Amino acid sequence: MRKVFIDCPQNIPCNPCQFCCPTSAITIGEDITNPPQVNLEKCIGCGRCVAACPGQACFLVDTEFHPGIASVDFPYEYLPLPTAGMRVQAQDNCGAVLCTGLVVAVVAAKAGDHTPVVRLSVPREFAYQVRSIAHLPAE
Amino acid sequence: MKCADILVIGGGPGGLGAAIEAAKAGASVLLVDENPRMGGQLYKQIHKFFGSQTHYAGQRGFDIADTLIAEAARAGVELLPQTRALGCFDEGQFALLSLANQDATRLRTMKARRVILATGAKENAVAFPGWTLPGVMTAGAAQTLANIYGVLPGKRILILGSGNVGLIVGYQLMQAGAQVLGIVDVLPSVHGYEVHAAKLRRANVPIYLGSTVVEARGETRVQQVIIGQVDACFQPIEGTHQTIECDTVLLAVGLSPRTEIAAMFGCDMTFERRLGGLMPIHDETMCTSNQTIYVCGDLAGVEEASTALDEGRLAGIHAAAACGYGDEARHARVAALQSSLNTLRSGMHGQPRKEAKNDILQLAHRKGIVGETI
Ligand SMILES: Cc1cc2nc3c(=O)[nH]c(=O)nc-3n(C[C@H](O)[C@H](O)[C@H](O)COP(=O)(O)OP(=O)(O)OC[C@H]3O[C@@H](n4cnc5c(N)ncnc54)[C@H](O)[C@@H]3O)c2cc1C
Ligand code: SF4
Ligand code: SF4
Repeated sequence: MRKVFIDCPQNIPCNPCQFCCPTSAITIGEDITNPPQVNLEKCIGCGRCVAACPGQACFLVDTEFHPGIASVDFPYEYLPLPTAGMRVQAQDNCGAVLCTGLVVAVVAAKAGDHTPVVRLSVPREFAYQVRSIAHLPAE
Repeated sequence: MKCADILVIGGGPGGLGAAIEAAKAGASVLLVDENPRMGGQLYKQIHKFFGSQTHYAGQRGFDIADTLIAEAARAGVELLPQTRALGCFDEGQFALLSLANQDATRLRTMKARRVILATGAKENAVAFPGWTLPGVMTAGAAQTLANIYGVLPGKRILILGSGNVGLIVGYQLMQAGAQVLGIVDVLPSVHGYEVHAAKLRRANVPIYLGSTVVEARGETRVQQVIIGQVDACFQPIEGTHQTIECDTVLLAVGLSPRTEIAAMFGCDMTFERRLGGLMPIHDETMCTSNQTIYVCGDLAGVEEASTALDEGRLAGIHAAAACGYGDEARHARVAALQSSLNTLRSGMHGQPRKEAKNDILQLAHRKGIVGETI
């Protein structure tokens, strides 16, 4: 099952992740500079936080996507957008290429204020390292 | 001549918050801003704001502006865009200059019982050999070109300053199709939020820390920039220089409060490095040493949109109360805003601002600056 994974390392005054979550799986609390706390049992993998987080720090990971294959959902705000079926280079938080990934879907929902969210399948060992993909050349 | 209870100068989140609260309390409010659209900095921001949900964070900047403008209109605020406040005559009349070409009566005067200044901040610059070449500009200028006028300032861009402004503008220019060749900062670590820096790192943008721009070179515009590491006194270290081929250098080296009008009104100033430099001294009610003048937002110390909005609301409630408007509920409202500001100013980035603000308040008390009790 898809579950949220958050990489928000500092005490910054920010909390949209807490408010967008329909199941209260993310808590910041009274003090807005608290880092987000996740209750994985409550997370239903809806992906709202992925599009809502202004820091692009929320991801969805499904380690059981296929045997040995995980899926990762992340925001991607560059043109051209990838499309389902494309093979692209998956990158870590520093832009280093980890592996090739297969684009499963790209959704820019109105509920997420049109922030495109890419679902990528990657070898399972990279599930928690993937943050983005190498930019695609302009058409 | 036009009269209003309250004149608000500057239509960013500070001024909009002030105008909304004052109008809701029952005061007649005129809000002027020099730009074609209200919203101040908000209007240039295409990214989803970080900050507190109750302050509209998570929405894109220009959407937050639209929400606030609509709220102000509903509250009965008279909104006057494309109008610059020039200053005040001795007889207590305010001079407003219309910047709309078709306006026959360009210069108008008006009277107001209280004035709330929300003039925001201006960008700092740094000088280095070649800094006058075309292609060197502030990050805000580049953002205005790209996000308001749809013009890319350059194709290969180097940014000096790793604060949130440098990071966010860099990200937006990459979205617009430019290449960001690096972020340079004299500090040993990234000055802005890590989540914003990560967006650039993921796009392979190098961040040169402990470094500065030594020189920009070019014939008719920037073609090359030399960067180098700095020592503990921020002086360039010989032998560490490297050349970066680029056509644009953006300066994102901080903001300073826009104090000209406050100074014209005789508001006492203080220099507070942690809040951007010279700024008007104010008390908890946002009142200055000139009892009819209130301040808020980046003018009262460079912070963020959420804090600007709350400070504006505080100024609006107090200025309206000084004119005799508002009901009992205002006391609870003021307490809630103060506690909200307190929580916004915490954490590693906010704590220094909280301490600086407390110092300003204490200075105000020592100088006997007290707004009217409400
Ligand atoms: C690139 C960038 C990104 C940012 N991102 C965020 C973010 O994600 N979250 C966040 O919380 N904050 C963010 N901020 C900070 C935030 O935008 C500011 O702190 C906030 O806008 C300050 O509000 P203000 O009302 O004090 O001033 P401003 O928004 O600057 O508004 C002041 C207005 O007054 C006008 N004015 C000045 N003098 C006069 C005059 N004499 N007559 C008429 N009009 C006048 C100005 O033209 C301007 O429109 C960002 C800032 C920048 C530059
Ligand atoms: S994926 Fe949905 S349920 Fe899970 S934390 Fe994010 S918003 Fe909440
Ligand atoms: S919304 Fe994103 S950046 Fe803001 S606190 Fe939550 S995870 Fe961090």
